[in-house]
Amino acid sequence: MSGHHLIDEDTTFIVQGITGREAVNLTRENLDYGSNIIGGVTPGRRGRDVHGVPVFDSVAQLVDEVGQVPDGSVVTVPPTFTRDAVFEAIEAGVKLIVIVTERIPRQDVAQMVELATLRGARIIGPNCLGIIRPGVAKMGGIGGPAADTRKAYEPGSIGVMSRSGGMTTEISSTLSAAGLGVSTAISIGGDAIIGSTYAELMPLFEADEQTEGIVIYTEPGGRMEAQLATWLSENEGAKRPVGAERADRLPIVAFMAGRFMDEMPGMSFGHAGTIVEGKADTAAEKIKRLESAGIMVAEEISEIPDLMREKLGSVATA
Amino acid sequence: MRFYEYESRRILAREGIPLSKHGFAQSAEQAKQIAADIGGPVVIKSQVLTGGRMKAGGVKFADTPEEAEAHARDILQLEIGGHMPRGVLVDARAAIKQEYYAGVIYDGFRKLPTYVFSDMGGIDIEEVAETHPDRIGRGHFSTILPHMDFRAKDVIASLGITGSELGRLTPILSNLARLFLKYDMTLAEINPLAQLEDGTFVAVDAHMDMENEGRPRQRELLEELGVGDEETRAAREPTEFEIKGEQIDSVDHRGVAGNVTEFDGNLGLVIGAGGGSLTLFDAVRRHGGKPANYCEIGGNPSVSKAANLTKLVHIVARGVIKACLELGYDPAEKIAVFRIPGAWEEEGFKILEKYGVEYYDRSVSMHEAARRAVEKV
Repeated sequence: MSGHHLIDEDTTFIVQGITGREAVNLTRENLDYGSNIIGGVTPGRRGRDVHGVPVFDSVAQLVDEVGQVPDGSVVTVPPTFTRDAVFEAIEAGVKLIVIVTERIPRQDVAQMVELATLRGARIIGPNCLGIIRPGVAKMGGIGGPAADTRKAYEPGSIGVMSRSGGMTTEISSTLSAAGLGVSTAISIGGDAIIGSTYAELMPLFEADEQTEGIVIYTEPGGRMEAQLATWLSENEGAKRPVGAERADRLPIVAFMAGRFMDEMPGMSFGHAGTIVEGKADTAAEKIKRLESAGIMVAEEISEIPDLMREKLGSVATA
Repeated sequence: MRFYEYESRRILAREGIPLSKHGFAQSAEQAKQIAADIGGPVVIKSQVLTGGRMKAGGVKFADTPEEAEAHARDILQLEIGGHMPRGVLVDARAAIKQEYYAGVIYDGFRKLPTYVFSDMGGIDIEEVAETHPDRIGRGHFSTILPHMDFRAKDVIASLGITGSELGRLTPILSNLARLFLKYDMTLAEINPLAQLEDGTFVAVDAHMDMENEGRPRQRELLEELGVGDEETRAAREPTEFEIKGEQIDSVDHRGVAGNVTEFDGNLGLVIGAGGGSLTLFDAVRRHGGKPANYCEIGGNPSVSKAANLTKLVHIVARGVIKACLELGYDPAEKIAVFRIPGAWEEEGFKILEKYGVEYYDRSVSMHEAARRAVEKV
């Protein structure tokens, strides 16, 4: 892992819970896409292999026998055991953890994030599908089988961040079909507490020369969009053209799902993070907040490429 | 999952937080007996999972056990916000010198739990935040280091509270933080936390929410309180349809399949992933359709799980078709449209083709698929 890219062609990672049904598929899909999975962990399954990937009893054992600390880990173990697995990876020196598991108690998530912060590691998720740099590598179930992933994710100039795993692919596929393509897409997870929020990932996208614009998928609930809006107003963009007076921001287009929830306070849909707790968190309020921070909000997914082109055009002519 | 006030009080008592003398009653006679045991004036409070009890007439004052009995009889029959009370709480009424607020919640920004403390208790903390933001103290605490009292002390002292008050309030706020972590709460709140004329403190009302994800490991507490697995404690009572969805989901942990919600409408939605469901729900409504229910399938649920859920929705590919056939429906008629935009699309289309179900790939947008479905119904 180097610089501002979370993953590149040399990134090595492991899969914790690799012998699970979902993890076996994920391993196959990632290998087919060209990712470097150097091992897997399932306690008690040492000596087996999953699509040629050796399985160990623990992360420490894996590090010892493979002879290197992996850059990352994809964690797919059941919710009861996730905290233990993530602590195990972080304490072994792993710096990038993608947590696929959903329904993890919030306290466990807070504990994992706290340890990651202490140890200088980064968590993506939980309840997410991972990261992809189209044509380079992917880490996690994002996009599904390699052939389907290649169809939906063409290398290009737009960064995608999404609270919904499935919608990451839906949006990326729309961008690819429109010829814009995707630089990096990150399924950040939909829970009330997640390892990396939009605002925390923005600096990486802004430092990336391949990225020209950002699309985010949002839902009602939570304060993550407010955090992004604040971040945009308080921080200068990293893409400063030579000689320019003010920093140039990456244009952002947002798609907001769940507008109907405004009419149903107190109801919970989709992710745990979408429980509407007050006026400040309604879809309408959130849209207003995003727009006042200069983020364009699309009504339908199919409008996203045109809105992005419009924004990119105005950046080019500014 | 929300707790009743009487349950929240039992949790506070379990963790050493002082309470006013009280009892829980499910009949007027019981209420009378509790009032007599307490001796002196009491408050009768409806035990419902909704706010606005006072306004709705669910809180009444009594000076004698006979009065307490009469009030309890009324309140036990009073529906508040669509909820019938579980019972009444009979609480000793003492002279209060000052009311405080003590709460613990998660801060999603900082990804840590935070104390919220105020010397303006007895009213909604949201209101205090708006009118007197300087009267609220906050402070985060660790979820991996042992909880230390000084963190709570700093928050209380930040409001200028000192002397014996500081010494008495610190363990209360500390214990509230400890029980918040111990019982997987997402909210633990004492309001008001009352200082009596003799200087001591008691919790007069409490509100707690346990995270559903934490319930499996909180069996001991839930059993002690008599909360069964079937009690969802949602904002509105679940319909029979929703309860069945929950049962199917709990059979195995692989993938989410569930979160079934019923509406008045004519179009059933079975949707892969939560984000897709929110998007499609908006799209169906935008084209004039009325969603009848909602069900998401995420991760990689087993075929039987998907099949069981679809059976319930009466209308992912193998599961849905299998369910239609088992119920004796022609899939081509019962399923308005089926859209597979990505993973495993070819396998899915083969199955749908075989049964004559109209299907789309990624080239037809979610909004377009929704429009066609609405037109067909």
